[in-house]
Amino acid sequence: MSFISYLVTGISLGSVYAIIALGYTMVYGIAKMLNFAHGDVIMIGGYVVFVAVSNLGINPYVAILISMAVCTVLGVVVEKVAYKPLRNASPLAVLITAIGVSYLLQNVALLIFGSDTKAFTSVVTMKNITLFDGQLIIPGVAVVTVLACIVIMIGLSLFIKKTKAGRAMVAVSEDKGAAQLMGINVNGTISLTFAIGSGLAAIAGVLLCSAYPSLTPYTGAMPGIKAFVAAVFGGIGSIPGAMIGGILLGIIENLSKAYISSQMADAIVFAVLIIVLLVRPTGILGKNIQEKV
Amino acid sequence: MIMMSEQKKTKGKLKLNKVTKNDLITYLMVVIAYVIVEILLKTGNLSSLLQGLLVPLCTYVILAVSLNLTVGILGELSLGHAGFMCIGAFSSALFSLGLKDSIANEGLRFFIAILVAAASAALCGILVGIPVLRLKGDYLAIVTLAFGEIIKNIINAIYLGVDSHGIHISMTDTMSLGLEPDGKVLIKGAQGITGTPHDSNFTIGVVLILLSLIIINNLVHSRTGRAVMSIRDNRIAAESVGINITKYKMIAFTISASLAGVAGALYSHNLSTLTALPKNFGYNMSIMILVFVVLGGIGNMRGSVIAAVILTLLPELLRGLNNYRMLIYAIVLIAMMLFNWSPRTVAWKEKMAEKLKRTKKEEV
Repeated sequence: MSFISYLVTGISLGSVYAIIALGYTMVYGIAKMLNFAHGDVIMIGGYVVFVAVSNLGINPYVAILISMAVCTVLGVVVEKVAYKPLRNASPLAVLITAIGVSYLLQNVALLIFGSDTKAFTSVVTMKNITLFDGQLIIPGVAVVTVLACIVIMIGLSLFIKKTKAGRAMVAVSEDKGAAQLMGINVNGTISLTFAIGSGLAAIAGVLLCSAYPSLTPYTGAMPGIKAFVAAVFGGIGSIPGAMIGGILLGIIENLSKAYISSQMADAIVFAVLIIVLLVRPTGILGKNIQEKV
Repeated sequence: MIMMSEQKKTKGKLKLNKVTKNDLITYLMVVIAYVIVEILLKTGNLSSLLQGLLVPLCTYVILAVSLNLTVGILGELSLGHAGFMCIGAFSSALFSLGLKDSIANEGLRFFIAILVAAASAALCGILVGIPVLRLKGDYLAIVTLAFGEIIKNIINAIYLGVDSHGIHISMTDTMSLGLEPDGKVLIKGAQGITGTPHDSNFTIGVVLILLSLIIINNLVHSRTGRAVMSIRDNRIAAESVGINITKYKMIAFTISASLAGVAGALYSHNLSTLTALPKNFGYNMSIMILVFVVLGGIGNMRGSVIAAVILTLLPELLRGLNNYRMLIYAIVLIAMMLFNWSPRTVAWKEKMAEKLKRTKKEEV
């Protein structure tokens, strides 16, 4: 029974990773850059809900909407100010800028909210499910997280396949120049990608903080990097890949925490990344890209 | 290598070419800074706060210069540089602690400890480099970050002790080492190593800075260095003229790692308690070194030295600035990249350069 309960928490954590990984995978697919600051947008999302609920007494569901709006704006502003001027710069410069933005968000949060851990009150009101006479308890947060992840995944897939804006995103990720010639607003599409990714990051932040109720300026950094691992694992640029990678990674992390060593869990997650990149660099569902001269 | 440097020296005396002159200026600058600090120390004009900062400063300079080899010359972003420093710090501290009584001569012991640090970090660099250097760009960066975290995690979980039966290693706790009563625990997991002899000082630090600068500058100006830079500029073109990509990438990466290990030895022998915290060997440290490299100019060794000194001293000198230290680092990263790469600032810089040229011509 304990194995199943570890599995359930693993899937729940993995669903959070999957939602974060979506932001990475979309941005990487379209802007061809690793948005290092994505993990810190999660943290900002968590703080917005925390302040809105604990300090201002706003209804938690309204607070989530506010948090999504704040994160969306933040994502778009960061893209416009820091990444857009570097669209044709060397990848090294873009990566360093992204690291700078990540650091900036962390330290602004540190100056505003302080370094002490904030106790986050869970916004999920669902009760825990007890099965097999109390031998197996499934936390309500886990159920909500997994459901949210599935809904987001289906919604996003439909958005990309059925709407004009979604198809434009696919076109830009395939070939930026050709997309522009076809009359697609490339800059607008990239902004939209950042907006969607950051909005989802806010949801991920709320779910993460509901499951693990401690909030510090560094809350987002580790899950952010792990979600990137998940995105690579599932195949970067692929939406179902992000979900599979995220959930697998969550399970791996939780099981190694339970059965191997809690200290080494992070190391094992990173070892997964290294093995995936060596054995199958395109991930589970990724496409192979040949480099040309 | 040695022959080449000698050749260069004799050439330097006859006719200083631009490159040699540039290197000599860097070395001279370090020596002058050292002399000034020594004079201040002797006359007692240096506050105890700054005195305590001298050895870490040397550590940061070596780290910045060695990272610049990977970022500037090899052209790949390594985010796990603190991991190599960590390896060097722990291996040398372990060596010094274990042989504290066997080797009485402080200088000799520290010299061997530094060699141990360099060798173990280089070995680790090779092990990490084999998988990592097959990747490139963002993937390489994230994998080096992963390796840095793995190294830190493993070191935090290791327990090591010695007794009459030899060395015992465990990954769980001190008790499971099964030591004899005469045994001694050297590495206590997350508590790290305590009682490392205080061997490093400012003079040794400066000597190590000069040594690493000489090693890197000689490498850059050698055939090997040119091969490495050609890989950075165009990998496919370099491969097509017969340059062994893996070999040269590995050489640069390993030297960079081993110099980071040397910095680690310097760092660990300045502290009585050595623990692998996120603060000193984690991702944040790697980023801080990257900030030094970026501010000083990617690929410019002298710039790295200056930037490391300024960014370490400035927040300490202006006490009020200390809280904003990390914020300043972040802004430096973004601003430098935007300034160097944004089309608008690039155009502005070209315009300014032209204006300067024109005014000079008019003067003539």
